[in-house]
Amino acid sequence: MLVLAIDTSTPAVTAGVVALDGDRVETRGERVTVDARAHGELITPHALAAAEAAGVSLKDLDAIVAGVGPGPFTGLRAGMATAAALGHALGLPVYPVCSLDALAADVTSADVTAEDSAFLVMTDARRREVYWAAYDADGQRTDGPHVQRPADVETDVKVAAGDGALLYGAVLDVQPIEPRFPSPAGLVKAARSALLAKEPPAPLTPLYLRRPDATEPAAPKRVTAP
Amino acid sequence: MSRIIMGIESSCDETGVGLVRLHDDGAVELLADEVASSVEQHARFGGVVPEVASRAHLEAMVPTTERAFEKAGLTLSDVDAIAVTAGPGLAGALLVGVSAAKAYATALDVPLYGVNHLAGHIAVDTLQHGPLPAPCLALLVSGGHTQLLRVDDIASSITELGSTVDDAAGEAYDKVARVLGLPYPGGPPIDNAAKNGDPAAIAFPRGMTGPRDAKFDFSFSGLKTAVARWVEGAARRGEEIPVDDVAASFQEAVADVLTAKAIRAAKEQGIGTMVISGGVAANSRLKELAAERCAAAGIELRVPRPRLCTDNGAMIAALGAHVVAAKRPTAALDFSANPALPVEVVSL
Ligand SMILES: [Zn+2]
Repeated sequence: MLVLAIDTSTPAVTAGVVALDGDRVETRGERVTVDARAHGELITPHALAAAEAAGVSLKDLDAIVAGVGPGPFTGLRAGMATAAALGHALGLPVYPVCSLDALAADVTSADVTAEDSAFLVMTDARRREVYWAAYDADGQRTDGPHVQRPADVETDVKVAAGDGALLYGAVLDVQPIEPRFPSPAGLVKAARSALLAKEPPAPLTPLYLRRPDATEPAAPKRVTAP
Repeated sequence: MSRIIMGIESSCDETGVGLVRLHDDGAVELLADEVASSVEQHARFGGVVPEVASRAHLEAMVPTTERAFEKAGLTLSDVDAIAVTAGPGLAGALLVGVSAAKAYATALDVPLYGVNHLAGHIAVDTLQHGPLPAPCLALLVSGGHTQLLRVDDIASSITELGSTVDDAAGEAYDKVARVLGLPYPGGPPIDNAAKNGDPAAIAFPRGMTGPRDAKFDFSFSGLKTAVARWVEGAARRGEEIPVDDVAASFQEAVADVLTAKAIRAAKEQGIGTMVISGGVAANSRLKELAAERCAAAGIELRVPRPRLCTDNGAMIAALGAHVVAAKRPTAALDFSANPALPVEVVSL
């Protein structure tokens, strides 16, 4: 089956067309630009260009996979709105995946050097925080996703994928490993069982992890001296 | 052959999807106008919270689109062009509509137009009252905007004559409502209270009406402060606040300044038609006073019904139809939403 994968949860604007056949996951075409301020501009052109590179039309697709974060809000929504509208207009199911799981799916055992082969995935949450989750040797998520200051992350695991590991590796005493950003193949691998089972997709709900910044107003300010 | 235009609006707290039919003679017919509002989620904050609005847009975008097509008895494949609000508005909110519009246009392989929200407020009137004479004068009043515009061609030529230098008219309503202990949004409760009050009870100031002030600009910040000062004074004297009289007197000051400046602009520019639109256009006193003064000045007044005046997708579809009919250029697929899009830019 042909799957369009989209993710805008990190500074990377990611789109790719991936062929999924049982255990085989093969990227046919992809477009990735690392620019945290261009999600809304580039994601649709990237999806089109990825299909073109794969030599297919959007009408040839069988499903869409969308990274639902966690990710800084505004950019994340650009990709999710795009995936939702493409799915609606093309009549395709849209499968949500945790973007950290997509990164984890691309971690190869060669990179994981710790004894028990557990690893972390950590991305930049801005405001000096990271989104992170922990995975076991089989790539199954065992903890998270969380959003925390790097100094507050309590873990014995010493390797971490994702750009958060590069940014805060020193504070955390973890060794950064590849990949930095979710790839189309990683997104499809993270959704593989649902895709192959042709399950009805789960709701396309963003993993915000943070509440909106908003405070209820106090009584109106006085304009005259009391 | 008539064409179907889809309009997507997400500049503030309403997710709107509208569908119109553009007839060969240029007439634009409303087919569907679905809106999902997040206004209730903002009520306790006393104003629109951008992140809350953006989250609601993402949730509502596809369901609202589905409802619009159901209402119109059409399918997505019937669409001939898509128009989306490119600005002005809240950056995160605009991004959701723009992203969805690009995806719909790409998947359906139809042209995309990024259009101006303010021009949409004017274009919507053609759904109810037919083609706009050129030139006409537009007074846009809402929680986000207060503008006096000259419209020479709704698809391509709009000039700003004046705008607010501080608060939007609707914002002043919200703030005065808080001072009076009335709910958010402040427009309807103040309008209701004012019906039982005396508009001449308190002489509130008319902002920017002095001989040296900009003729067509507005200011509501001083009025808002004057109301607060008056209410605090009454409270300090231990008097009960005459909410109805304060509301009526405040509303009179707003309607007086808005209509006086609009009439003066129409006269000076030799314009015979005035359109009043935006959420505050639903205000009963503004409509009444505008009708009175337009009649006296021999100006034709057009006010769309309240449902069309507030933010919706129909206004964007209507503007899109005029832009399509005028054969204006389409937007590139990588265009950016512009939170500060100038009113002169009708379409990108
Ligand atoms: Zn508006």
